[in-house]
Amino acid sequence: MPIILPEDPTPIARVPSTENKTGGWRTFRPVINYEKCIRCYICWKFCPEPAIFFAPPDKYPAPKEALAKFDTIEINYDYCKGCGICANECPTKAIDMVLEELEED
Amino acid sequence: MVKMILTGNESAAWGARLSRPKVVAAYPITPQTSIIETIAEFIANGEMDARYIRVESEHSAMAACIAAQNTGVRTFTATSAHGLTLMHELLIWASGARLPIVMSVVNRAMAPPWSVWTDQMDSMAQRDTGWLQIYVENNQEVLDSIIMSYKIGEKHHILLPTMVMEDAFILSHTAEAVDVPDQKLVDDFIGDYDPPFKLEPGNPEGYGSLIMPEDPYMEYRYMIAQAMDDARNEIRKTVEEFAETFGREYAPLVEEYKTEDADAIMVVLGTIGSTAKDVIDSMREKGKKIGLARVRYFRPFPYEEIRALAKKADMLGIVDRSYTFGYGANLYTESKAALYGHSQVPVKNYVMGLGGRDIKPELLVKVFEDMLKIARGGQVDKEIEWVGLQGDERWSI
Repeated sequence: MPIILPEDPTPIARVPSTENKTGGWRTFRPVINYEKCIRCYICWKFCPEPAIFFAPPDKYPAPKEALAKFDTIEINYDYCKGCGICANECPTKAIDMVLEELEED
Repeated sequence: MVKMILTGNESAAWGARLSRPKVVAAYPITPQTSIIETIAEFIANGEMDARYIRVESEHSAMAACIAAQNTGVRTFTATSAHGLTLMHELLIWASGARLPIVMSVVNRAMAPPWSVWTDQMDSMAQRDTGWLQIYVENNQEVLDSIIMSYKIGEKHHILLPTMVMEDAFILSHTAEAVDVPDQKLVDDFIGDYDPPFKLEPGNPEGYGSLIMPEDPYMEYRYMIAQAMDDARNEIRKTVEEFAETFGREYAPLVEEYKTEDADAIMVVLGTIGSTAKDVIDSMREKGKKIGLARVRYFRPFPYEEIRALAKKADMLGIVDRSYTFGYGANLYTESKAALYGHSQVPVKNYVMGLGGRDIKPELLVKVFEDMLKIARGGQVDKEIEWVGLQGDERWSI
């Protein structure tokens, strides 16, 4: 039998990294308090995954009328690893890191 | 072609410039700094179309080169001693990722005690990283080797990075006449970089991801080993093509000097070769039949050439400008491994010139005399001998 070698010279994964749902790594879950969120998008900018995405302005309540015309944000828990950078960076402390509950069998 | 008066470091910068890397990421360290300073000047003057990335360490320099080269462009960097050893982790990544990066290494002693002078321990400690290693003898060879390294490394059956070593100060800061070839000739010689894989927006791929023991990790390593072995023939082919294009001839893996009728052959790396050639000329006038083999490529190791040397002479003296604490130095142990079972010729290791200690012609005369004594049937009194230690009368000159 001849030796079977890979076709590529280096390991190349040809699936998008979005296929790899890393949300299961999370210990703490970021929860957005929309009453405090001023839609500044600093969390969106800092999220290393990224797991924070824009959402239509009226999807969540705005704390002030003037903010209601801007897009709001939401977290995609399929990818959020719970690093807490968003909560740390949030200028209005609108993100709480909540301990994930163990799933009951 | 223009003849310029260039230091070894300027020659390295010119070699890089002519090869048209698109990214140069580097961190300064004596005695390499003037390479990247010269390149920075080329880029600032608009003479070189490359992005210069200032980084916070050599570890980052290599990481930046790896990332940039993964997008499908040539990269270049340069370092010495502690900078090179700091890169160690990423050096293995670069070869594993099959990226033909080219790097100038100015051989400098490792601390403590601090020393900026020449000594090859820094690059010898990177022997196992999967990089081709070439040790050069003069500034022309610095420039030419960088150009050839891109050509060899980028071949799709090779895809390995190369470090081009020059001895600190003896070459790096010493100027001599260097032929700088026409850009057009170099462009035609190395061609455009055509990687078999590259990162592109819109075509998501991930390189170097996790694989399990039953996945082909071993096979990838086997492919690197094969590529390194194949590099020997690619080097032989490339020096011939280089001679046709540029009119300068290089021995492929090992340069021999007056070995044909030699009783004893000295095997060296780097600039010791030039001193040894002069010593050989003057000793031959007195009837001493001695020769020199200057190993250019240490990776891949020229085991066939070393075996052929042992057939020509009655003794091989292996000179190392570095040491592996525990047993011998690298050129010696590898040469002996290549010879075992193929030759009964006595072999002796001469360790000298560490930390830039000057290797004077008078010292090499003594070493050659010692080698001839062994070649005439004398015993190898000491398998590994440190030559030129203070107070050692045997080697005092």
